[in-house]
Amino acid sequence: MTQLQARGVVRAYGPTPALRGVTLEVAEGEIVAVTGPSGCGKSTLLHCLAGILRPDVGEVTWRGHRIDTWSEAARSRLRRTEFGVLFQFGQLVAELTAAENVALPLLLAGTGRREARTAALTWLERFGVAEVADVRPGEMSGGQQQRCATARALVTEPRVLFADEPTGALDTLAGEQVLTQLVRLAREQRTAVVLVTHEPRIAAYADREIVLRDGLVDHTGLGLDVPLAGGAR
Amino acid sequence: MGGVSTPHVLLGLLAGGSRHGYELKRAHDERLPRARPLAFGQVYATLGRLERDGLVASAGQDRVGGPDRTAYALTDQGRDALDQWLSTVEAPMPYVASTLFAKVVVALLVADVDRARSYLVAQRAAHTARLRELTTVKGDPAATLSDVVAADFAIAHLDADLRWLHATLGRVADWHREVHP
Repeated sequence: MTQLQARGVVRAYGPTPALRGVTLEVAEGEIVAVTGPSGCGKSTLLHCLAGILRPDVGEVTWRGHRIDTWSEAARSRLRRTEFGVLFQFGQLVAELTAAENVALPLLLAGTGRREARTAALTWLERFGVAEVADVRPGEMSGGQQQRCATARALVTEPRVLFADEPTGALDTLAGEQVLTQLVRLAREQRTAVVLVTHEPRIAAYADREIVLRDGLVDHTGLGLDVPLAGGAR
Repeated sequence: MGGVSTPHVLLGLLAGGSRHGYELKRAHDERLPRARPLAFGQVYATLGRLERDGLVASAGQDRVGGPDRTAYALTDQGRDALDQWLSTVEAPMPYVASTLFAKVVVALLVADVDRARSYLVAQRAAHTARLRELTTVKGDPAATLSDVVAADFAIAHLDADLRWLHATLGRVADWHREVHP
């Protein structure tokens, strides 16, 4: 069932168009990769879907409700409860420990301090970084930071996780470990993922791929409708 | 880099102790899970040549309710040949020897830019589908590290091809103008 939908989304930065009419749907629990060359509008699309940016034209709906017309406060509340957001550089709060960072979204949502810490420790454990629970980001490796950031993005068990190049700053192995875990846990709790990436090997983790080019959807799907030479697979 | 050197792989599989042909074939397919499976005929033919060259020697026969099965063991000379092979670094590929590349060049020579572009798009779809299959293989809880490492190798090469396909799609119109001035 479609949960998130964009219809004819247009967004420009001053005179420069970033999106020129994008329409797409994301189903419950679906993992969708948004790919395409630099400057094709991937990140702008993610920001519009997550309610961070408002489209100039077109609409974004969440479970049938049009959210792009909501106030900033209402969209912000949606991002704290139903949506999770993860960026290339985890953007952890430097002054807080890993556990405090992961507990933060729960505390903002009104969860008690003790309960939030317990949940944070569970999520750090799931991402294999329990040992840095009381360490601040400056003393962690890039991979550890990104695992904490991913744990923080999932701790509220959002219905959709928006991830913008989540492994872009990591080496191949570290990136893969973060992504494998992210995908596994997202599937377990039926969290849909909108995964922005320019890397084919990262997009291959998704159920479906949407390729943008010059602010438009270039093509979608798995797209193998051509004969292979020699009938090989 | 040429094709896989089956004789050296078999020597390597014998380094841990003697084995007969069937065991070698099974060990090969298990350790090199994404390689083309070895045919029995190829195993026995290769063992015959290795024995002729003194790199392996027969280590007795057993009979388990069927035909005699000869076990083979590494000789000292075979061990030296294996060491020699392992200590030689493979030269990075000296030529662009890919059907993929040749096909785009030929498509540009004999047809218009749309033909080359549609080939690139279709090839990209085929590569992407294979990349997904291999990514699924890696995610299978039953996958061994041998499976994962072999899939990694294939994924890295597909990924390189895909990057080239993406970049070439962006260049194909200009390239066509260069080929047909």
